Amino acid sequence: MSSEAATGAVASGRPHRHDAWRKWAEIAFFVTPALALMALFVAWPIFTAARFSLYDWNGLGPLDDFIGFANYAEVLADDVFRAAVAHNMIIVVGSIIVQLPLGVAIALLLNRKMAGQGVLRTLIFVPYVLAEVIAGVIWFQLLQPEYGLVDALMNGIGLSPPEEGWLGTPEVALWVVLAVLTWKYLGLAVLLFLAGLQGVSEELYEAAQLDGAGWWQTQWRISIPLLGPTIRTWCFLSMIGSIQCFDMIWVLTGGGPANATTTMATYLIDEGTNRHNYGIAGAASVVLFAIAFVMALVYQLVVLRRDTKEAA
Amino acid sequence: MPRKTQALAALCAGLMIAATGCGGSGDSGGDDKTITWWHNSNNDPGKGFYEQVAKDFEDANPGVDVKVQAMAHEDMLTKLDAAFQSGDVPDVYMERGGGELADHVEAGLTRDLSEDSKDIIEQIGGSAAGWQVDGKTYALPFSMGVVGFWYNTELFEKAGVTAPPATMADLYAAFDKLDKAGITPVSLGAGDGWPAAHYWYYTALRACSQDVLETAVADLDFSDPCFVEAGETVEEIVAEKPFNKGFLSTPSQTGPTSASGLLATGKVAMELAGHWEPGVMQGITEDKQGLGDKTGWFPFPAVDGGEGDPAAQLGGGDAWAVSEGAPDKAVDLVNHLLSDEVQKGFAENDMGLPTIPAAGSAVKDPALAELLKVRDEAPFVQLYFDTAFGESVGGAMNDEIALQFAGKATPEDVVKATQEAADKEK
Repeated sequence: MSSEAATGAVASGRPHRHDAWRKWAEIAFFVTPALALMALFVAWPIFTAARFSLYDWNGLGPLDDFIGFANYAEVLADDVFRAAVAHNMIIVVGSIIVQLPLGVAIALLLNRKMAGQGVLRTLIFVPYVLAEVIAGVIWFQLLQPEYGLVDALMNGIGLSPPEEGWLGTPEVALWVVLAVLTWKYLGLAVLLFLAGLQGVSEELYEAAQLDGAGWWQTQWRISIPLLGPTIRTWCFLSMIGSIQCFDMIWVLTGGGPANATTTMATYLIDEGTNRHNYGIAGAASVVLFAIAFVMALVYQLVVLRRDTKEAA
Repeated sequence: MPRKTQALAALCAGLMIAATGCGGSGDSGGDDKTITWWHNSNNDPGKGFYEQVAKDFEDANPGVDVKVQAMAHEDMLTKLDAAFQSGDVPDVYMERGGGELADHVEAGLTRDLSEDSKDIIEQIGGSAAGWQVDGKTYALPFSMGVVGFWYNTELFEKAGVTAPPATMADLYAAFDKLDKAGITPVSLGAGDGWPAAHYWYYTALRACSQDVLETAVADLDFSDPCFVEAGETVEEIVAEKPFNKGFLSTPSQTGPTSASGLLATGKVAMELAGHWEPGVMQGITEDKQGLGDKTGWFPFPAVDGGEGDPAAQLGGGDAWAVSEGAPDKAVDLVNHLLSDEVQKGFAENDMGLPTIPAAGSAVKDPALAELLKVRDEAPFVQLYFDTAFGESVGGAMNDEIALQFAGKATPEDVVKATQEAADKEK
């Protein structure tokens, strides 16, 4: 609608200024919707959570009981929250050390020309495409104590599954959750690594072959080093996903048994939505935000710096 | 080009409107002839029954328009939470009582019904206690049940348990007999927290006198040693290992491997649950019969040496409340909902356990009739502690009790965690 008015104005004879104005108008025009959505659904909730975190509030009535940083002190001293942070970190590290070698190995394998390549690629990628909640419900049923498929199979071959079930035994529940998360997200790693491998120039392989390098040597000396930037980006994505980990845990264990699988996200749902301690939940979410932000920043500065530098 | 920009502009504008204009639904339409009513009977016969009730009320009060919204229970709770926060509460809605209601009263959201519903409150009697704050009644319970053991009469017979256990010793003996017969005695949905907590509530009810419990609810004081004793009895029960495998992560009511599902499908002999259990079991089994005529019920056994009355029961229910600022006709509607006639129809349609004595005889199911008898003969019915104390204290208490079932907390830890959460409320 503004463009017609603009064409009229061009004729009035100050083309330079007008072009600049028009450019800005266009930028504003295209950016405003995205900015408005960001402000409404990202910036405003963050601001609101930060505001709640300074009050003692149960969700009803006015927000008038200002208590400063008492909620933060309480959250940081809470054993359940500390355990939740520890679980998050276990998931961050566990996901990377399990999925990285496995993902690279599968990607290298699937990068070779072989029969059934397409089918295999699809199979590996299917779990990632499944909605997390649906995958969670399916695994929950498979892992049922006594009546679940996993227990039945194990009993069938003479192994004994944990007495209280895979998800009901506090000592093993987190590892089981980690295994399911690995199953779910390995596909993404493989997909990214495969894409990264496509970017490795064919000439390099040829040169290596001429120099007499075997398949293993070629992978070790050429493919993997050149996959570096992809791996570093994937690690970053995986890390952020692990810190925010919620859906799968909520469906599989709800944070139990005995708080063995809580994460920061389940903690804040429990405190906020279930117990109406909105101040505590607000403080927990700000802490979650700070942890994710610092980790992302440090990672960007330390690990991703050379990638971005190369690009620039 | 201009056309394209225009189209884009229109699209963006449309998106922004969609994103920002959250279309206020205006449930509390300001005029005093329209009453909004939210309930959770979203399946027939309950849904149809309430539609008819609303229609009859409209016929009896010309010009009044009752807008009924039936929704699934969880949806209703979520919508109510949002409604309370925005202050835009439906005129007639459901209250669970206790600490939650006290919060609503304190925030000025719920109307005092003490005067306008005096007759009905008298008829309801002691059951109304859970919906009273400082001597005033803010909601009228229309269904009230007590928690007890639902059991499979056939499995009990098979294991040679001839009479329902009346003492803890009887209960443990029954566990042993069932075990010997190769039957898992009890299912427990500790994954949800509260089903495990109900054991603690009951042992506290048996260990503590009514006075101590009333003080605990009013002053949030758990210093009496009886609360630790309650935990010790729970420890005894857990040590018997009567529960289904994996009970720590078992959900209470969803699917055939939930606690209710295991009872409904004959995999365990009993489960501690409220009056909702037959309905839940019917929903889980394919033939919609649940345990059918194998359903039995007995109250929580007496505990030796406790100060509590062995006939006291743990229970809770749902009540109709009127929001502050609702039209006066809304109070008439609530009174009509508690009339003998509506309560009888409510019971005949198996929608719950009526609180008006005249409607009691309309409950036909034998197990529920037995439960109703126990409820009416109880010296008092203690509201579920988590409801009585409110979400914050109740949630902390339930979590710690669940930890005790996992062997990760002592009876003292439970009292300590509860007291700490309670101190924050003061």
